[in-house]
Amino acid sequence: MKLIIVAGTPGAGKTSILLHTIKILKQSYKPSVVKIDCLNTDDDKRFAKLDVPVLLGLAKDMCPDHFSIYNIQEMIEFANKNKSDMLIMETAGLCHRCAPYTNNSIGVCIIDATSGPNNPTKVGPFLSSADIVAITKGDIISQAEREIFRERILEVNPNCKIIDMNGISGQGAAELANMISKITICESKTDSLRHNAPFSVCTLCVGEKRVDKKHHRGLLRKMDGFQQYIGE
Amino acid sequence: MHIIENITIIGGFDKKGNPEIITELIVNKGEIIGIVGPTGSGKSQLISDIEQLAQFDTSSKRQILINGKTPSYELRNNPRKKMVAQLSQNMNFVADMTVTEFLTLHAKCRGKSINDVGKIITLANELTGEPIKQNDNLTILSGGQSRALMVADVAIISESPIVLIDEIENAGIKKYEALELLSGQGKIVLVVTHDPVLALTSQKRIFMKNGAMQGIIFSTVEERIASEKLNIIDKNMLVLREKVRAGETITNINF
Ligand SMILES: Nc1nc2c(ncn2[C@@H]2O[C@H](COP(=O)(O)OP(=O)(O)O)[C@@H](O)[C@H]2O)c(=O)[nH]1
Ligand SMILES: [Mg+2]
Repeated sequence: MKLIIVAGTPGAGKTSILLHTIKILKQSYKPSVVKIDCLNTDDDKRFAKLDVPVLLGLAKDMCPDHFSIYNIQEMIEFANKNKSDMLIMETAGLCHRCAPYTNNSIGVCIIDATSGPNNPTKVGPFLSSADIVAITKGDIISQAEREIFRERILEVNPNCKIIDMNGISGQGAAELANMISKITICESKTDSLRHNAPFSVCTLCVGEKRVDKKHHRGLLRKMDGFQQYIGE
Repeated sequence: MHIIENITIIGGFDKKGNPEIITELIVNKGEIIGIVGPTGSGKSQLISDIEQLAQFDTSSKRQILINGKTPSYELRNNPRKKMVAQLSQNMNFVADMTVTEFLTLHAKCRGKSINDVGKIITLANELTGEPIKQNDNLTILSGGQSRALMVADVAIISESPIVLIDEIENAGIKKYEALELLSGQGKIVLVVTHDPVLALTSQKRIFMKNGAMQGIIFSTVEERIASEKLNIIDKNMLVLREKVRAGETITNINF
């Protein structure tokens, strides 16, 4: 089964782009869709209108990217149960530090052109380790800036395929669908992440609410960049 | 640079799924074509089809040919080979940098060595009443200044053989001069507009309805005379506008 993992900051246009693209993919595949979010979302209802099986996962207290990685097997079972040959996952896309793509998935990064030409150098592995980068909202910035934005993406991820997309009109959806069809890689049980998740685990991760430094244990990093393990 | 003699727009389908009345339209180099029609009639979609060099893969299902042939993947996707420059009313600058930094960066992206960005700014300033300064931040430019800078950038840095303009009439720039600058020698220019100053300048206009190309209107001799008169009025309007902006009183209007 093809596994497509779609990452990008909230509001970048992930759902809008996917709605247009799934309409096209449906002509040759039987896709299932999983939406991962933190606390709440309407995206599952938006996908359900396409008449495809939709599964919603809410990460609640867990980091949403970790949640989606931890639950991949269950998502694949869901897709299998629905006799799908393709699983599309839209992540919550909150943190720039994680990249949820696995080696055997197709990693699609959706990035908003209005975030400014310095943004691509700031966002980290979900951009630099993607196979396909879709740039949205190019309709509201000048063509010159669109071109600069594109070059900046190539500086960070020289091997990616870039598509100019529009989540409202559906521009570029046929091309994204075509690229997804052409990449033949399939998910497997021995799959691993392309990029490690952050390794700092501290007392805040397990629910400590008090702010003062003296309450914290774990792998901690100071403002000046000094990182150390505090604890037993 | 790829030499373009003409582009062919092969008609697709209207919003109800009926085939377009205009099934094929060839636009030759040196031509300025207007695109007119009510809001929602599909003018911007037509522009966007040309911008992407659509191959039956947009909602209108049109195809665009270059010199009578299907354009290559490279031509469609590599921005360095990009033959289409575009300007639209909704476009803004969002980059947090100065005008000079921006122009230098864009020239670099296009693989051009521009040693004098000042020339581009001077050109832009001929189109707008409020001068742009080299060290102005892009994001503080007014609508008119932004549009003027985009026009000058398209004319000098992008230099694309196909130019698409989507409703720049309310931008507060010298429209006629902007169009002249953009159309350059031997370019293909398509202008979406409701503005008689621009619409009557074009030799032909495509009339859009329900998402489809409905007909072609050829401009008449009367229209061309009207266009010249309108252009004079337009320039006077811009002068008045700057006077009002500068806090002056208007004493006499003679045009
Ligand atoms: N102008 C413009 N708006 C867009 C584009 N793509 C998406 N949007 C709008 O951006 C908002 C967020 O889109 P959505 O798909 O929900 O983003 P997500 O949070 O990444 O899934 C919606 O209001 C969309 O209509 C685009 O290409 N251009
Ligand atoms: Mg979404």
